[in-house]
Amino acid sequence: MKPITACKIGCEGVIVRIRAKEPIKGRLFSLGLAKGSRVRILDHTLAKQTWEIESDGTKIALRDEEAESIFIEPKECAA
Amino acid sequence: MKKIRVALAGQPNVGKSSIINSVTGARLHVGNFSGVTVEKKEVFIERGDYEIEIIDLPGIYSLNAYTPEEHVAKKYLYEEDYDLIVNVVDANTLARNLIFTMQLMDMQKKMILVVNMIDEVEKQGGSIDKGKLEELLGIPVILTSAKEHRGVDEIIDQIVATHESDKPKNKLYYDQRIEEQIDKIVKVLHKSPHFKDPEYARFIAIRLLDRDEDIYKIIHDLPIFIELHELLGKIYRELELEYDEESTSDILSDERYALSKALVMEAVKKPEVKVSLTDRLDRLLIHPVFGLPIFLFFMWLLFQLTFEVGSIPMDMIDAAFTEISNVVKATLPDGAVQSVLADGVIPAVGSIIMFLPNILILFLGINLLEQTGYMARTAFLLDGFMKKFGLQGKAFIPLVSGFGCTVPAYMAARTLKNPTDRIITMLVLGFMSCSARLPVYVLLIGAFFPTAHAGNILFIIYISGAILGLIVAKILRTVLFKGEPEPFVMEMPPYRFPSMKALGMELWIKTKLFIKKAGTFIAGASMIIWFLSSYPHSGTIEESYTRKIEAVQSEEAKAALENEMAAKALENSYLGRIGKTIEPFFSPIGFDWRMSVAVVAGLAAKEVVVSTLATLYAVGDADERSNTLIQRLRDNVTFKAAIAMIVIIMIYSPCIAAMSTFWAEVPQWAWRGFYLVYPNVLAWLMAFGIYRLLDMMGY
Repeated sequence: MKPITACKIGCEGVIVRIRAKEPIKGRLFSLGLAKGSRVRILDHTLAKQTWEIESDGTKIALRDEEAESIFIEPKECAA
Repeated sequence: MKKIRVALAGQPNVGKSSIINSVTGARLHVGNFSGVTVEKKEVFIERGDYEIEIIDLPGIYSLNAYTPEEHVAKKYLYEEDYDLIVNVVDANTLARNLIFTMQLMDMQKKMILVVNMIDEVEKQGGSIDKGKLEELLGIPVILTSAKEHRGVDEIIDQIVATHESDKPKNKLYYDQRIEEQIDKIVKVLHKSPHFKDPEYARFIAIRLLDRDEDIYKIIHDLPIFIELHELLGKIYRELELEYDEESTSDILSDERYALSKALVMEAVKKPEVKVSLTDRLDRLLIHPVFGLPIFLFFMWLLFQLTFEVGSIPMDMIDAAFTEISNVVKATLPDGAVQSVLADGVIPAVGSIIMFLPNILILFLGINLLEQTGYMARTAFLLDGFMKKFGLQGKAFIPLVSGFGCTVPAYMAARTLKNPTDRIITMLVLGFMSCSARLPVYVLLIGAFFPTAHAGNILFIIYISGAILGLIVAKILRTVLFKGEPEPFVMEMPPYRFPSMKALGMELWIKTKLFIKKAGTFIAGASMIIWFLSSYPHSGTIEESYTRKIEAVQSEEAKAALENEMAAKALENSYLGRIGKTIEPFFSPIGFDWRMSVAVVAGLAAKEVVVSTLATLYAVGDADERSNTLIQRLRDNVTFKAAIAMIVIIMIYSPCIAAMSTFWAEVPQWAWRGFYLVYPNVLAWLMAFGIYRLLDMMGY
């Protein structure tokens, strides 16, 4: 289990825990990010301040603080 | 004729607006939701005996609302009187969309599910079993593609059919353990006369388990509150322990998530996963290294187009209005009526219409950026940089637009959903020097700097404005809005070709709103400035000059005297008297009364500064390239005062059109007041500091 920010671009895994507080938690959920969802890390900016991840066809941009609160169990890591 | 009211609800980016736009035979009406500046689109359709009214609610991800738009949509769903809900979902991301659908189903209203963009799924070899979805959800389902005009008119037929049917309303059942708790809450709710209706009581109970604060507020003032509060506390603890979750809201979320996954498993044949166009575009457009330069190029292109293309009709419009005003002057007899029309109303209306081409091009560009999905990418690229100054990534778009014209820039700030981020952005927007200030800068630089450095000085002025804006944003964030900027979590929608019809419609709506909003205000305000600068007429001044003008022979001397008369009349006008009154206020920064008046008149429009200076320094109708005006300025104005003036123009309040737009966009009186005061105070202080500094350095 590790936070998204510890993963490389192209990494895939299943969300095991979301530590964010409400209302961010609810927001993440309504975008399809919940315990058990499969996510893939698509991109981050040069300074790794902003991240892009994908889950079930939805692409989501978030800051490092939010990304840090999402923990995944990595499955496949290309690259 | 019987009426059916329909609430059109769905998550953002599902194509609700394109559905509304492609319904056959619909009349569109655009307004605002009462009390907020959120656009409200309504469509009226006649079908058989019915008049159907469809209200397009702002996009809403979930009933646990977050952005102002979502609160508007939620409030409408909760409080307004409507007959049924049409829920639009995106076929591509059905699982996530269905979670919201389930929240809506909890309301137990009559409901239709519209699965839009079905063409995109089918093109990739996927399919959705409509019958299966209907069976599992218990509500009618329509597969549509607004782009291909498929299934859109079916929605209307289904609205009538659903409205007429008395089929029992759908009900969504949760896990037995949750249902037991819902029953307990309903029992207590039934004790209050407000919740006698079992369906409504069930909905309230579910929302209470979902920790909906708006519902909590409703029950808070009721006599059953104490009993309910105790019960809820117990239920929360029990359920959270049983499910090992932090909150009952999470439990419901997990339930809905599992249900929607099961639904999708049953009813959807997923398309093969291929590398989509979006993925390929994103690889380039948000590349860690190339992303930013590409973005800057797009911005540069947009501003080139806005000001190069926009200025072509601008001159024509200006000429046309001058012509109209000349015709009025020629046809109407001399007097106040002729003057108020030819010198007051017509130039004022012209000055609004003149901005329209720029605004339309800029808005077309911004709309294109938004509808193609690129806007979300720019926010992604710039969020890190902007965050350092307490701003959001998305704030970049309005800020850059501010270099063109502050009016559309304020409107562009609407893309910021968080009210705090939006207000900070709008408060610093004025520091981005708009194109109307350019003539003033050109004039003053021409008069006080060598030609070789003019370009650099101009660049420094624009850059220091931008830097000042960022610094002030940082200060506002630390002093007035304590804490971090709002978290940044946003959907990156797939790239899509914008619908030309929808784009045209948006543009037309923007045009109408702009003319209506800014038009009424700027026309009125310009008339006031005209009045102040034209009245009172002093018979004695005119008389004495008319005699003098008749007395001299040469044309040159006549022109000089006419200019002098205009200047004297202006000095004697209300505006001139105001200038004399405010002069002491401006004298610490080296201004005489003429400069003071010019700066104040610049509040109407920044171009007015140049024409006012020209009139006041008595050279008549001069433009900024006029050598005589430059000569007069050199003779009358010190270098340090000129610099102080540049600083004032850079920082103080923008024109009346911009200010009225701010007022229209920001409903809070406290912010309106702050907005009127602080840029002017800041401008004066900065000008004073720089004036004194230059003074000490011996300029």
